[in-house]
Amino acid sequence: MVSGLINANPVIYEKKERRARTAPSTFHDEYAVEPIDQQEDPEYSYSLEQLKVVTEEAIEVDDKRNYVRVTFTPTVQHCSMVTIIGLCIHVKLMRSLPSRYKVDIRVAPGSHTTVDEVNKQLRDKERIAAAMENPNIVHLLDDCLAPSFD
Amino acid sequence: MAEITQLTRHIESYIDTSSSDEDASLNAIVSLVKTDVLPLRALVTKLEMYLTATDDDIRGRGILLLAEVITRIESKPLDSATIHILVGFFKDRLADWRAVRGALVGCLALIRRKSVLGIVTSSDAKAIAQSFFQYMQVQSLGQYDRKLCFELLDCLLEHYSDMVTTLGDDLIYGICASIDAEMDPECLMLAFHVVESLARLYPDSSGPLASFAKDVFDILEPYFPLRITHPNNGDTHEQRDNLSRSLMIESLKYLTVCSSKYGAERIAKYAKSIWSSIKDTLLKCLGESDFSLNIAPVDGIGFPENEFEMEALSLLQQLIVQNSSLIVSLIIEDDDVNIIFNTIASYEIYDAIPVPEKKKLHAIGRILYITSKTTITSCNAVFESFFSRMMDNLGSSFNNIDSFPNGDTSPSQRVKFGFLYLCIELLAGFRELIVGSEEPELLYAIEHETCCTMLHSFSSSLFNAFGSVLAASADRCPLDPDICIGVKGLQILAMFHSDVFSIQQSIFENILKKLMSIIIEDFNNKILWEAALKALYHIGSFVHKFHESEKAVCYRSLVAEKIVELLFLDDHPVPFSFKVEALSNIGMTGIKNMLTCLQGLRGAVFANLSKVCVRMTHENGGLEDFAVQFVVDIWSQAENCIVFDTLLKEKGLLDALMKAMKLSVGSCSVENQNLIIQKAYSILSSHSNFQLKEVERVLLSPEKYDISLRDEGLISLFASVVIAVCPKTLIPNLRVLVHLFRVVLLRGIVPVAQALGSILNKLVSTSNSAENSSDLTLEEALDIIFDTKIWFSSTDMWQQCNGTSNGKEVTLTDICLGFANDKLLQINVICGLSWIGKGLLLRGHEKIKDITMTFIECLIGTNTALPLMKDSLENTEEQIQDTLVMKSAADAFHVLMSDCEVCLNRKFHATIQPLYKQRFFSSMMPIFLQLITKAYYPLSRSFLYRAFAHILSDTPMVAVLSDAKKLIPVLLDCLSVLTEDIQDKDMLYGLLLVLSGILTDKYGQDAVIENAHIIINCLIKLVDYPHKMLVRETALQCLVALSELPHARVYPMRTQVLRAISKCLDDTKRSVRHEAVKCRQTWASMSSRSLHF
Repeated sequence: MVSGLINANPVIYEKKERRARTAPSTFHDEYAVEPIDQQEDPEYSYSLEQLKVVTEEAIEVDDKRNYVRVTFTPTVQHCSMVTIIGLCIHVKLMRSLPSRYKVDIRVAPGSHTTVDEVNKQLRDKERIAAAMENPNIVHLLDDCLAPSFD
Repeated sequence: MAEITQLTRHIESYIDTSSSDEDASLNAIVSLVKTDVLPLRALVTKLEMYLTATDDDIRGRGILLLAEVITRIESKPLDSATIHILVGFFKDRLADWRAVRGALVGCLALIRRKSVLGIVTSSDAKAIAQSFFQYMQVQSLGQYDRKLCFELLDCLLEHYSDMVTTLGDDLIYGICASIDAEMDPECLMLAFHVVESLARLYPDSSGPLASFAKDVFDILEPYFPLRITHPNNGDTHEQRDNLSRSLMIESLKYLTVCSSKYGAERIAKYAKSIWSSIKDTLLKCLGESDFSLNIAPVDGIGFPENEFEMEALSLLQQLIVQNSSLIVSLIIEDDDVNIIFNTIASYEIYDAIPVPEKKKLHAIGRILYITSKTTITSCNAVFESFFSRMMDNLGSSFNNIDSFPNGDTSPSQRVKFGFLYLCIELLAGFRELIVGSEEPELLYAIEHETCCTMLHSFSSSLFNAFGSVLAASADRCPLDPDICIGVKGLQILAMFHSDVFSIQQSIFENILKKLMSIIIEDFNNKILWEAALKALYHIGSFVHKFHESEKAVCYRSLVAEKIVELLFLDDHPVPFSFKVEALSNIGMTGIKNMLTCLQGLRGAVFANLSKVCVRMTHENGGLEDFAVQFVVDIWSQAENCIVFDTLLKEKGLLDALMKAMKLSVGSCSVENQNLIIQKAYSILSSHSNFQLKEVERVLLSPEKYDISLRDEGLISLFASVVIAVCPKTLIPNLRVLVHLFRVVLLRGIVPVAQALGSILNKLVSTSNSAENSSDLTLEEALDIIFDTKIWFSSTDMWQQCNGTSNGKEVTLTDICLGFANDKLLQINVICGLSWIGKGLLLRGHEKIKDITMTFIECLIGTNTALPLMKDSLENTEEQIQDTLVMKSAADAFHVLMSDCEVCLNRKFHATIQPLYKQRFFSSMMPIFLQLITKAYYPLSRSFLYRAFAHILSDTPMVAVLSDAKKLIPVLLDCLSVLTEDIQDKDMLYGLLLVLSGILTDKYGQDAVIENAHIIINCLIKLVDYPHKMLVRETALQCLVALSELPHARVYPMRTQVLRAISKCLDDTKRSVRHEAVKCRQTWASMSSRSLHF
C-alpha cells in the first residue's frame, strides 16, 4: 500500500452550472452526466467533477444507438486509483441507466502512464463481474457512490 | 424740418471716411427715407454733388451711401420708374472702377428686391449683366469687391436665368474670365456655385457651355485636391474646414454632372483618376463606422450618411453605370482594397482593429455596397472576386452546413468581424439591386446569375456565421458591433423576394427562430434585444409589403403568435413593458399580424383584469374609493345595453369582469357594499325580463327558464356582487331574489347557485333574529329553496310520468332525484344544490345531511325510475345520460369539500365553522364504507368510489390517519378506478398524495404494514401512468418510502418492484428518471450491497 496520498494537493475546480435543459432534450447526455457528477473520488471527499476527472464534455451519449462513452482524466499520471474510478463510473451508470445502454469507460489518451492496460481492464466484463464479487471492493464502491444517490 | 437740417450733417459724416460714426449716420438717413420724411428722389438730389464729385473718394462714398440706403430699404415699396432710374445709374457706375464698390452694392440691392415691393425688369437686369461683363475686371478687384461680383452673378443667374441665357457665349466667357485664377476661399465657394448654376442653364450637350467645357474644366481642375496653406488660427479653422468640405462636395457633384453629360466614352480616359479621387475622398472623409444601431434603415448598416459619402458614392455609381467593367476591374485590382482584405483577416473582433484600418474598412464596405447595388454585371463581378474569398476567410467551420444548426460555436472559432461586415455590405447592395429593380426581365434573368448561385450555396453558412456572433455565452456577451452585424445580416438574409431569389424556407424559419430566441431570452441585453425586435419588424413589413404568402404564414406562426403567447406567461421573466413593446412592433408589420396581436392583447387584458384588482385591493388598502368607482363603472356599462352585449360576446370577458367585481366588492366596507348592491339591484330590477314582482307565482315551462345571453350576463354579474358581500350588508328584496335565483338555477348558471349558497351561508337564523335586519331569515330561505314547489306548465315530459294534469309542482330535491325525467335539468339542479350545500356545510347547518343523502341516492340509484336497474343494453342513450347524472352527483362532493377560490371563502366573508371538513369526513366515512361494500352494480360502485375519493383527497391528513387501517383498501380501489379515465388524472394525483401522506407518517405505517402487498401492487401500476408526470414521480417516492418497512414484509416484493422500476429509468421526464434511480438503488441494496439486481 502507498503510505501517503498519491496526489497530495489536487486542484479543485468549481462545479459547472448545469445548463438549462429543454424538454425533450436534443442530446440525451443528461442520462449520463447527472448520475456521475455527484460521485466521490476514492481518494478525497471531492466529487469527480470538482477534480475535473470527469467533465460534461467528456461524456458522449448516442441515445439512438444506446451507447454511452465516458472518458475520464486522472489528476496525476501515476494515479493508482484509476481502475477504481473507472469501475465506480461503470457501476454508477449500470445502476442509473436503462439496461438498453452499452457503457464504455476509458481513460483519456495520454493522461495516465498505463492507459492501454487500464482501458483493457475496464473493457473486460469478466473482470468487472469478478470485482463485484469481492466484498471489499463492493464496500469501497458503495462508499464512493453513496453521496450520488442522495 | 429739424431732421432735414440734420441730414446734411449725417451725409457729411458718412462721406468723411475719418469719421467714426458712419453707421449712426447711415441709420439716421435710412430711417428718414423709411418714414417718408425724406423721399428717395430728394435724397438723390441732395447727394448730387457727391455722386458727381471729381474726387474719387468722395464720389465712391457718395455712391456707396446711396447703395447702402437702397440695401437697407429693401422692405419699402418702390415704383418701377424709380427702380429703372436707379438701375440705369448703378449700371453706368460699374464702369467707374475707382468707385465700383457702391455700384456693385447698389446693383446687388436692386437685383435682390422681392417682387411685391417692385423689382428690376428683365431688360434692366440684362443691361446690368451686359454692363458687368463689359466693364468689370473681376480679378483686378479687391477681395470684398470680388465677392460682391460673384454674389451679383449668382443672383443674376438665379433670378433672371431666362434673360441672361440670351447673352449666350458672352455670359459663359464672362463668367470664365471672372473666376479664372480666383484664390480666395469665400469667393471660390460662390464661384463654384455660379458654375453649377451655369451648367444647369445649358444642359444641352451641344449647347454653348459644351464648347467652353474644356476651359471650365481647366479653370476648376487646379483646385483639386484642395490644399489650404493659411495659418491655422481659431475662427478661420472652422471656416477653412467648412470651405474645404463644401468645395469637395461641389466638385463631386460637378464631376457627377460632367460624367452624365459627357457620356461613357469621353469619361473613360479619366476613369482611373476619378476612381482614385473617389477612393481617397472616402478613405479620408469617412469616420469609423458607427455600430450603435440607433438608426437602422433597411439597406446596409445604418451610418449617419455624410454628404461626401453620398456624393462620392453617387459619382461612383454613375461611373459604374457608364463603364461597368472598367470601373469594377479598377476596384477589384485596387491595391488599397486588397490590402484591407489582407489586414482585416487577422482581427476577430471589431475593437481589435486599429482606428485607421476601421476607417478603411468602412470605406471599402461602402464601395462594395454601391458596386453590388448598381448593375447586375458589377454585382456579379464583385461577388465572384470577393464573396467566395470572404466566405473562405470567415472561418472554415461555417462552411459546413449541418455542423451548427443552432448557430452554436465555440469561442475559439470566432468569425472574423471584418469579413462579416463586408459580406453584409455586399448582400445589402445585392438586395437593393433586386428590390429596387423594376424591370421584370432582369428579375427573371437574375436567378441564374453568378451572384445568385453563390449566395444560394453560401446562405446557410452565412446564417451560421451571423448567428454565431450573436450567441451569448456565460463568459462572453456580444459586443455592440457584433450585435449590429449579426442582426443586420440575419435581417438582410431574410428579406429577399421569394419570386426572384429566395433563400430556403428552412433558413428563413431559422432566422426567425434565432431572432425570437433573442426576444425571449436576451432581454437583459437591451441593445441586442431592441436590434432583434427592429429586425423582426423590418422582416415582417417586408413580408407584408411584397405579399410573400408562404413567408407570411411562417412569420405569423413563428413570430406573431409566439409573442402573443409570451403575454400570457406570467412567470416568464421578460418584463411586461418589453412584451408590450414587442407586441406593438410586430403588430405594426401588417394587418393580419396586427389582428393576431390585438386578439392576444385583449385576451391578456381580460385575464389580467382580475389580477390587477387583487393587486389594487390588497397592496394598496387605501384605494377603496377606487374599487367602488370601478365597480360602479362596470354596472354603468352593464346598464348600457349595446356595450354590454358586445362585451359579452367576448369569451372570457364576463368571467374576468365577475372576478374583478367580486374582488373589488369583497374588499369594500359594509357601507360601500350597500351602495354597490343598491346600484346593482336597481339595474337588475329595471330590466324587465326577470319580472321580479311576479317571480314567486310564475308558472314555469321548459321555455320559461331559458333566458337570454344578456340576462345571463346581468344576473351572473349581480350574483358575483351577492357572493362577495359581508353578512351585515343588506341585500334589498332578498326574498324575491332567492325566488329568482332558484328559478335561474334550473338553467344551470353556476354563479347563481354560488350566490344562493353564499346567501344561505351568511343569513342570520331565526333564533337570534334580533340582530336580523334583512327581510328574510335562514329558515325562511331554506323553506323557499327546498319546500316551495316549482310550477311546471303541462308538457309532454309530464305526461310521460303522470299522464294527466295540466301542471305539476315539484321541489328541487324531486328534480334532483330525477322525477322530472329531464337529465339536463337534473344535472343542473345537482350542481346548484352542491353549491347551496357547500354554503350550509361551511356554517355547519343540519340541512347538509339531507342534501348529501340526496346525492347519495342519486349515486346508488334507489330511484325506481332509473333504467339503470334494468341492466339492459337497449337503453344505451339513456344509460349514458344516467352515467352523467351519477358523475355529477359524485363531483358534487368535490364542490362540497374543496377550498373554493371563486366564492364562499374568507375573502368573500363566508361564515366558516372550524374543523367542518373533519366533521363531514367522519360522518360520511362510515356511510360510504358501508355503501361501497353493499353496492350491487359495478357502475354505481365506481361512482361511489369517485365520490369518496373527492372527500378523501380534500380531508386534512390528521383525520385520514386516524382511520388509515380501514381506509387503505378503499383508497387503493379508488386509485385503480381513477386510472381508467384520462380526465381524472388530477384527482388521481390528489389521492396518491393522500396515500403518500399515510406512508410517510409513523402512525400510518401500522396500517401500511398489513397492506404492504396490495399497496405495492397498486403503485407498480402507477409508475408508468402515462398521463401525468407527477403521478409517476409520486408513485416512485411512495415505493422508496415502502422500502423502509420491515424486511420480511417487503423483501418478497423486491424483484417485482425492481422489474417495474427498470422501465422508469427510461422515462421521458428527467425528474422521474432521477426518482427511479434513487428508488432502484434503495430496493436493490435492500438485502445486500451488491450489484446483482
